[in-house]
Amino acid sequence: MGQQMNFQVVLLAGGVSKQLFPLVSKELPKALLPLGNKPLLSYTLEQLESSNLKSIIVVVAGEDVAEQIRAWISGAYDDRLSVESVTVAEDAGTADALRAVASRLTAEHILVISGDLVCDIPLGAIAATHCRKKASMTALLCALQVAGTSDGSSGSTGKEKAKQQSSNDVIGLDPSHEFLTFMASAARIDKQLQIQRSIVRAFGRVELHTDLVDDHLYVFKRTILQEVLEGCPGIRSIKEELVPYLIRSQLRSNPTIQSKPLTENGGEQFERKIAPNQLVKSPLEQASLLGAQANNMKCCAYIVNKDRYCARVNSVQSFIDVNQDVAGERAVHLTGYDISRSNNVIHPTSKLGYKSTVGPHCMLGEGSEMGDKCSIKRSVVGRHCRIGSGVKIMNSVVMDHVTIDDGCIVQGSVICNNAHLQERVTLKDCQVGAAYIVSGEHQGEALAKRDKN
Amino acid sequence: MDSRRGSRFVIDPKIRQVGFVPAGCESENPNASSAVAAIANVDVNPTSDSPSPVMIPPRLADPLPRAAPLPVPSPPPRKHTSVEIPLQGSYNPTDSVLGTSPPFSPASNGRYAGVPSSEGPDLSPSFVSRASSAMEGMSLREDHLGSPSASRFATVGEYAMFKQQQPQQPATAVTKVYASSLPQEPVQSFAPVGKEDSSKPLKERTTKAERRAKQEADREAKRIAKESAGAKVVEGEARASSNVVGKASRAQSQKKDSASEKRLSAVEKASEKEKKKEIPAPRMQFDDQSRVAKAKKRALIEQTETKHRVELFRHLPQFVYGAQLPSLEAKFFHDDAMHPHPAVYQVGLQYLTGDITGGNARCIAMLSAFKELIKDYCTPRERTLIRDLTARVNNNVSFLTTCRPLCISMGNAIRFLKTRIAKLQLTLSESDAKSLIIAEIDRFMQEKINYADNEITKLAVTKIKDGDVILTYGSSCVVETIILHAFSLGKKFRVVIVDSRPKLEGKGLLRRLLGRGISCTYSHINAVTYIIQEVNKVFLGASSILSNGTVYSRVGSASVAMVANAFHVPVMICCETYKFHERVQLDSICFNELGDPDALVKIPGRKGLSELEGWSQSSHLKLLNLMYDVMPADYVSMIITELGMVPPTSVPVILREYRKDPIL
Repeated sequence: MGQQMNFQVVLLAGGVSKQLFPLVSKELPKALLPLGNKPLLSYTLEQLESSNLKSIIVVVAGEDVAEQIRAWISGAYDDRLSVESVTVAEDAGTADALRAVASRLTAEHILVISGDLVCDIPLGAIAATHCRKKASMTALLCALQVAGTSDGSSGSTGKEKAKQQSSNDVIGLDPSHEFLTFMASAARIDKQLQIQRSIVRAFGRVELHTDLVDDHLYVFKRTILQEVLEGCPGIRSIKEELVPYLIRSQLRSNPTIQSKPLTENGGEQFERKIAPNQLVKSPLEQASLLGAQANNMKCCAYIVNKDRYCARVNSVQSFIDVNQDVAGERAVHLTGYDISRSNNVIHPTSKLGYKSTVGPHCMLGEGSEMGDKCSIKRSVVGRHCRIGSGVKIMNSVVMDHVTIDDGCIVQGSVICNNAHLQERVTLKDCQVGAAYIVSGEHQGEALAKRDKN
Repeated sequence: MDSRRGSRFVIDPKIRQVGFVPAGCESENPNASSAVAAIANVDVNPTSDSPSPVMIPPRLADPLPRAAPLPVPSPPPRKHTSVEIPLQGSYNPTDSVLGTSPPFSPASNGRYAGVPSSEGPDLSPSFVSRASSAMEGMSLREDHLGSPSASRFATVGEYAMFKQQQPQQPATAVTKVYASSLPQEPVQSFAPVGKEDSSKPLKERTTKAERRAKQEADREAKRIAKESAGAKVVEGEARASSNVVGKASRAQSQKKDSASEKRLSAVEKASEKEKKKEIPAPRMQFDDQSRVAKAKKRALIEQTETKHRVELFRHLPQFVYGAQLPSLEAKFFHDDAMHPHPAVYQVGLQYLTGDITGGNARCIAMLSAFKELIKDYCTPRERTLIRDLTARVNNNVSFLTTCRPLCISMGNAIRFLKTRIAKLQLTLSESDAKSLIIAEIDRFMQEKINYADNEITKLAVTKIKDGDVILTYGSSCVVETIILHAFSLGKKFRVVIVDSRPKLEGKGLLRRLLGRGISCTYSHINAVTYIIQEVNKVFLGASSILSNGTVYSRVGSASVAMVANAFHVPVMICCETYKFHERVQLDSICFNELGDPDALVKIPGRKGLSELEGWSQSSHLKLLNLMYDVMPADYVSMIITELGMVPPTSVPVILREYRKDPIL
């Protein structure tokens, strides 16, 4: 068990994410969003289970959500995992969530994993890196997938990506790409970046990357984590405050000495002229790395191999993308489904009408029925959907119990549970909320009942 | 048999064939291996037809690596020691040399003790037969039954019979024998042995006498050992006992005893069996396919051996470097009975990735991990702490070995730990026993490493005078502390750091010394002959010092020492005594460590050089990245230990005097 290696897992399952509106609701929290017809959280849980980490603390935001998730976990994983769930307030930050469970943490190292992470990275590798370096914190970094996912998606996706890229995090690494030397999340970057001189001196050289993403998987040393959480009550978010704080204070032996955590200003200032994906070499080339190594505060990075899959579901677009990946060849191994000869996953109980085609990289759930002359391309269709004749679904996600009447065309959209598309509806890049009835033609809209928030 | 014996005379590493002996060549000309061998062969058995001069450690049924007889200027009885003890199967060249060196050889005082120069006139039949009888003592003699009378086939048959009969032998025979001074149980099962011997009547008699004598001596030695310190065989005792063996057997060899030979041989086997239990198995040789396959099954890590191995070093482990870490990482959270302790696992990872290097650092990391292991240990039901904990430690040690071969000092530390565990009193409660062991480990780390380093620093600093130019090679932590200490004492000196690819460890040292403001010169080893001219002292660290004064150290140290010696610059080796080892090694081939060959491909600072890239594609190219080499004692002016500054010839004395009681 994980305890054997002195590890404890905290799974941040989140609550009702605002970014994923109108997909999520109180009835369907983010953690239970179907991804390839399996709840999102199941990917993380299965990954943990395959790594032999069977004792998990799940932190959920909001009472109702917690109830649902608890029920689902106890149904699906009762005999396999021992899951302890903790509820925090809905508006609590990630660091607050950690604070809530801080008293339950006993192991030497704490693995904090976000529930929306879909990846096939061996957790042992990250943990091993952490242990090997005797780090106080290790973060999982992933190369930004620029061209990888957008090849099949429509033009608007690319645009959205470009927008994303302009507000990237800046992550500083040492030349050996083992230590984190700097991190600033996109939201907090002003015109200037401040890098401490001491860190530059200690590492000799700092490379600033904008082509890396922090994937919300961290390993913390428990003592340091608890100390910082206690000492700095102002920290609310792991990514935006806690991690940068730890990185800044990594040359100190005691992390809480620093009195003003966020206004620390002892460093050189670099004008922000960083072109994306380029490295900035600091002028101080020669200095010993030993200063950092001798110290017991070290922040390490584990950079994901290019051939591994790693993605987060934190926006509507990423939800569609990851769904496609899960149905397609990039990440289908994560679902555990068998792939048919025509490179798709079709449940045996589903019924296909005359001349209907389901293309490669598609998924068709249990008990779904399709009329004649339908065509589904690069899409995921959930359970017990009723699809009429002549329906075309492309690059879309259709959840469970959706009714689509004849002659509809759905493109790049997400249709939630129990929604109803009336005859000849055309949807392009739309999100249809749960139990919503759509008629007419829509493009780029979020269609949901008002009371959903 | 005889050719084998002949081959054992060979001590010159240049002649000795190691690793890859083409099957044909040695059988055609068995005597070519050395002149001495030829003489021996002519004298005894000129027509030996199936020699096996392969020096790859014969994996004997009884390895018996008892303490190697020391080639010290030694009291007279010792020089006979070696003749009578059964030859051992370890791959230790000096063992073999001493094992067969003539009893009258005056030579056992040098480093290359037992140089067979004086053998010629000495090959009296008695010696020959004695030596050959020593060979008979080996239970592996079946392998060498190339004698004219016995065909290969017969040999195999006999071997099979022998194998069958071995288990019938009562395991407790030895103790019985000791109880009654003259054992009388007839053992009929060893008829084949007798038959075989009767085919060579000339040897037979002395052989009998010899065996008898040896067995008696063994018994006596045992008794002495029992009386003195219990049943444990520790180095000092082993040595003492072998001494006794020598004396007694010599006295008794004069008697022509025609008592039942079968019985004797059986008893002897049993006693050997007993000894075998107490003595660690010889190091695994990685050119033995079956053993490697077996070891692989046991190993936690998936290891694929590199295909491009240098022939001469096939017996050393070498794995594809990239493959180990992922498999180890993937198993990080696994949990089964065989899984190493988390702390040990962490240390193993650090060894594998090179996060911990250096003998002392590795040793301390290992011992600290074992401390954790013992702290977390609780004895399973129906087990005893002593046996179960030893098994656990063994398990964890083998895990560490798969990560990186252990160095000699770590072997010593592990042996120390195991002795301590084995010596625990059964009456102790579990928590008491654990705290006792932990305290012992702490003491070891303090005394043998920390205090020793302090003491060495104190001693060595006296050797640094104002105006000195000190050369050091690579990065030794002891040498570093010496330099820093001398500097802090206000001595005015300069340091020359010689370094070499691929590790470039000297750079770190240079940086640290420069940080303190010590004036340094940095050079690579190819310039050592030039730079040595301005140097007047050489300080080197060591991974281990062997009992013939040979220094086993980072590859390149030997060259530096040789150059220094040629320029009459004193070479001082700084080494803690816990790194000393009884082994004798004459070359750096038998025992060594192979590094990652890919490390040679990249040349730091020269990105344009890519000639070696893709070297593994070429079937004609093999890269060798040796980690250690062996510095003959000739080049060593002085060894600075915590016990004082001694010449290399005193290493065996330290080993003898300070390890008599099993502190180590």
